[in-house]
Amino acid sequence: MEKRYNARLAALEIGVLALGLLFLSPFYFVIVNSFKTLREILLDAARLPEVYRFENYRDVWEIIHFPQVFLNSLMITTLSVACIVAAGAMAGYRLARRPTAFNRFVFVLLVSAMIIPFQSIMLQLVRVTSLLELRGNLFGIVASYLGFGLPMAMFLFHGFVRSTVPLELEEAAIVDGCSPFGVFWKIVFPMLRPVMVTVVILNTLWIWNDYLLPVLIIGGNKELTTIPLAVTRFFGQYTKQWDLALAGLAIAVAPVILFFLLLQKRIVEGVAAGSLKG
Amino acid sequence: MQQLVFLGPGLVFFLVIVLVPFLLGFYYSFTDWNGLDLDKAKWTGWSNWKRIFYEDDNFWSSFWFTVKFTAVTVAASNILAFLLALALTRPLKSRNLLRTVFFVPNVIGGILLGFIWQFIFTKGFATIGELTGWPLFQLPWLGTPETGFWGLVIVFVWQTAGYMMVIYIAAFAGVPQDLIEAAHMDGANYWKRVRHIIVPLVMPAVTVCLFLTTSNAFKMFDLNLALTKGGPGTSTQSLAYNIYAEALNNNRYGLGTAKAMLFFFFVSVITMVQVWLTKRREVEA
Repeated sequence: MEKRYNARLAALEIGVLALGLLFLSPFYFVIVNSFKTLREILLDAARLPEVYRFENYRDVWEIIHFPQVFLNSLMITTLSVACIVAAGAMAGYRLARRPTAFNRFVFVLLVSAMIIPFQSIMLQLVRVTSLLELRGNLFGIVASYLGFGLPMAMFLFHGFVRSTVPLELEEAAIVDGCSPFGVFWKIVFPMLRPVMVTVVILNTLWIWNDYLLPVLIIGGNKELTTIPLAVTRFFGQYTKQWDLALAGLAIAVAPVILFFLLLQKRIVEGVAAGSLKG
Repeated sequence: MQQLVFLGPGLVFFLVIVLVPFLLGFYYSFTDWNGLDLDKAKWTGWSNWKRIFYEDDNFWSSFWFTVKFTAVTVAASNILAFLLALALTRPLKSRNLLRTVFFVPNVIGGILLGFIWQFIFTKGFATIGELTGWPLFQLPWLGTPETGFWGLVIVFVWQTAGYMMVIYIAAFAGVPQDLIEAAHMDGANYWKRVRHIIVPLVMPAVTVCLFLTTSNAFKMFDLNLALTKGGPGTSTQSLAYNIYAEALNNNRYGLGTAKAMLFFFFVSVITMVQVWLTKRREVEA
């Protein structure tokens, strides 16, 4: 392997850097134009703004009720992910440790269900959730995410328990008089941390960005509107008003970009681990 | 008792949210359910299915659109991701920064990406076209079936390549260094080492990536909704979008469910082929 930094590597570096800039250029267009008047945007979308207009941001902040929709997204995502982790870990642990015929059936059922695409159930889901009064409320949307998120979480926890968590440790704790629930929550659960990070990250990105499920389940309840829903509604009302629209997009994208930059290493590891195991 | 506490909570929601609706789907696909009053939904036998297979040209043009889209994006995003992963495992100075850059589009959801790129295609490209005079940028982007198709392809590849790159990089890290060193000693040049050592050893990752991109591309919805709304006309409508539109815009839920069940069938076929390919390779290895 050539280890030295030579001319060929430098050329490669320049080439990839250029491609990187190209990858980032859409963000440049969004940010630069979000500070302009609509006239300025239509005149020349590539130029820097003459005056930076923060009014666009102020206006759109109020139009989409940003603080509220942000909190809604945050609440729905956090609660759903917490439920998925707890239920997924418990189920994965149980199915790994007690492989009875019934449990093996449950495992196969959950894993096979991962094939079912969301679009194949969404219409019937609307019907079922209406019947059970799960539509239009927080409990319903969290319940839905739990149902959809459980199989993969269970699968990842199951694999981790089988391969990494030592059975002797649990047996020792039982001998010492620990209850089965104590064994799980005090000994096993803390050991699941590495795979938990993967589960949390994959589910957070999915739920935070999800559009179709909230549209169908939250639907008309404006009090629970999430960021993707608010932006879509906003685009429906303010078509071609790019000055406001771009400021809105910039605000909407900012939290998840920030989340990514803060937890970058973990996210990248989580993605790689989740995909190669799944 | 323990069984109930450990498995119960997750399983109940899974049954209610996933399994029951899925099983109901088989029944609804034989009715004229309009989405509102299920009691009035009449059993209509095979009529939805006949309609799909004999009369619904739109569904089949969506199908071919989706197949074409999947083929192009799977090839493009995996080739790009593989090359990026190769480049970013060389000792470049900006390696870590660039890995971040290529991954970023991935954390943003399809809806927001679609709206961002709507602006890029309609206004950004027009400006670049004026400044450079390049005819590629002066096309009516998203305004014709062809530019709509390629627009979706570009955004999908832009979004997916970074994700697959991360998986490939992780796989490359598992290739034993001494094997590569040995090949180097034996006079194998860089591309020979890639072709004969790295590629065979990372085949599991290649399978994973091919499967992930295929299944994501085949199920594309958010991007479709935000970028082209299936238009112009219905020329860029993906299968998932066609199902959605049939039910929510035309209020034909029964027909929509039949399409959704067919969609499930297509996705299962893709998955089974993938599982079969993986198994077969494991046997050989």
